[in-house]
Amino acid sequence: MADLVKLSADDLSRALSAGDASSVEVTQAHIDRIAAVDGAIHAFLHVDAEGALATAADIDKRRGSGEKLHALAGVPIAVKDIVATIGLPTTCGSAILDGWIPPYDATITQRIKAAGLPILGKTNMDEFAMGSSTEHSAYGPTHNPWDTTRIPGGSGGGSAAAVAAFEAPLAIGTDTGGSIRQPGALTGTVGVKPTYGGVSRYGLVALASSLDQAGPVTRSVLDAALLHELIAGHDPMDSTSIDEPTPDVVAAARRADVTGLKIGIIKELGGDGFQAGVSARFDEAVALLTSAGAEVVEVSLPSLEYALAAYYLVMPSEASSNLARFDAMRYGVRVPPAGSDDPSAEQVMASSRDAGFGDEVKRRIILGTYALSSGYYDAYYGSAQKVRTLLGRDFAAAFANVDVLVSPTSPTTAFPLGDKLDDPLSMYLQDVATIPANLVGIPGLSLPIGLADEDNLPVGLQFLAPAKADDRLYNAGAALEALLEAKWGGSLLAQAPELEVAQ
Amino acid sequence: MSEPVKGISRADVAHLAGLARIDLSDAELDHLASELPAILEHVAAVQQAAGDDVEAMSHPLPVNNVFREDVEVPCLTPEQALAMAPASDQQRFLVPKILGEE
Repeated sequence: MADLVKLSADDLSRALSAGDASSVEVTQAHIDRIAAVDGAIHAFLHVDAEGALATAADIDKRRGSGEKLHALAGVPIAVKDIVATIGLPTTCGSAILDGWIPPYDATITQRIKAAGLPILGKTNMDEFAMGSSTEHSAYGPTHNPWDTTRIPGGSGGGSAAAVAAFEAPLAIGTDTGGSIRQPGALTGTVGVKPTYGGVSRYGLVALASSLDQAGPVTRSVLDAALLHELIAGHDPMDSTSIDEPTPDVVAAARRADVTGLKIGIIKELGGDGFQAGVSARFDEAVALLTSAGAEVVEVSLPSLEYALAAYYLVMPSEASSNLARFDAMRYGVRVPPAGSDDPSAEQVMASSRDAGFGDEVKRRIILGTYALSSGYYDAYYGSAQKVRTLLGRDFAAAFANVDVLVSPTSPTTAFPLGDKLDDPLSMYLQDVATIPANLVGIPGLSLPIGLADEDNLPVGLQFLAPAKADDRLYNAGAALEALLEAKWGGSLLAQAPELEVAQ
Repeated sequence: MSEPVKGISRADVAHLAGLARIDLSDAELDHLASELPAILEHVAAVQQAAGDDVEAMSHPLPVNNVFREDVEVPCLTPEQALAMAPASDQQRFLVPKILGEE
């Protein structure tokens, strides 16, 4: 059997059904890989070797007795630390939830468990998913497997790095403004933000409720489709869940044919502000799509000019409201104020929130509190919501003429750790191409399209499709992936430097 | 529509921190007061984008009220609900006094 950790989830699924490998062997191989490389990567906040192996053994036994299992049964998975998991710590990368073990499973977790995927552990993230570099984790940053002195993107840098470093074939991410797609681009992996409402939010710790969406983090478009299919679908526990069948994303990924597909290049997401190597790889990828029979046109979405500003009002506003629940009364860390024998609940609340929240979380709570305050509400939050309407109209007009839209996923490749920590605005600009999809609820997929000439680091391309047409992303994404891999003679990750293995 | 004041002072940040129930240190107040004006200046661009005739979008897809049959379903036991509480007593969350000294 080839190196088990290098196989795709689809290959593992077939190896398991054919009896070429057991889930215990596959799971143990990933646990060994985590032990060998995660000291340098720090993708995981918590590893559950025992639980994962128990699930694997159970699946092997059930498979042995002839039970019909889910296609991904026995294929291990890593889960972002924002997803509630019974018995496993769920900290959201925050000190305020240090050691918190949820008493219930998120709907995603329930589906993963029902399908029999061993959960390897919980992955690192920017605190409460606020950040684009995973440096805002209270438990230390994650390192990019392509260059461990650089960031893996964020907020889901842990999930992306785990998959890129072959510590897991599959991972769950969440994307509020790009937290699945931007780390995907920066680590040479695939990440998908489904249509808002496509995947249940029940049991995800909320950042911005009108933007948050969970999705797959993988090394191939087909693997993403397999995981998407597993976690998507209506859930009565989430009132924003779409009560309609999920598009057939797996069939779309297997179709992989862009002949006659109309693709719109988003004029506003390119040129100035985009790194030269990012633009070069993007142009080549578009040329490849054209050569494969796609019809490519340029489209303009004028309201994109205001999207980033609108996002950095809507998101902090909703976050400041959502994070009010961390009041040190029913769960989370309680830190009484110094120098007070008998503090009031309100004083305990304020000192606990000061001790438990990091700088970026405090910054956004204050910003959101400001935007929602009486007298400023209409000018800030209200105006930002109008921008969402304008943007929705722009996208509707664009999708009247094209099937999918494309842009670079991120304006830059991975930057050095610490580079943007003192410059929040420049960090926020990382999300310029990804946030529009969240503001209007449409799905987006990022896949690797090569390495930038100037730094040899991965570049990602993003496909966007109309709401509830997630299948279009998988068809176009898988087609481009096949064209690129034929050119490269393998996956992009095969070009990543070997990580030093701890003994 | 009220015109927001330009900029944000250290006193404003302290007031907001009070509203948000975060006991920020002096250093944190100084830092935020120096950072927030640039961010606010950037996000204030939204005010130029749309006139009064544009509707606000609070959710990307239409959100409807959701009902279900009024039937009992399993829920957390008191032990499960209290397991992660900072303090509990007699199957209840134990909290500090809720009234300050007057």
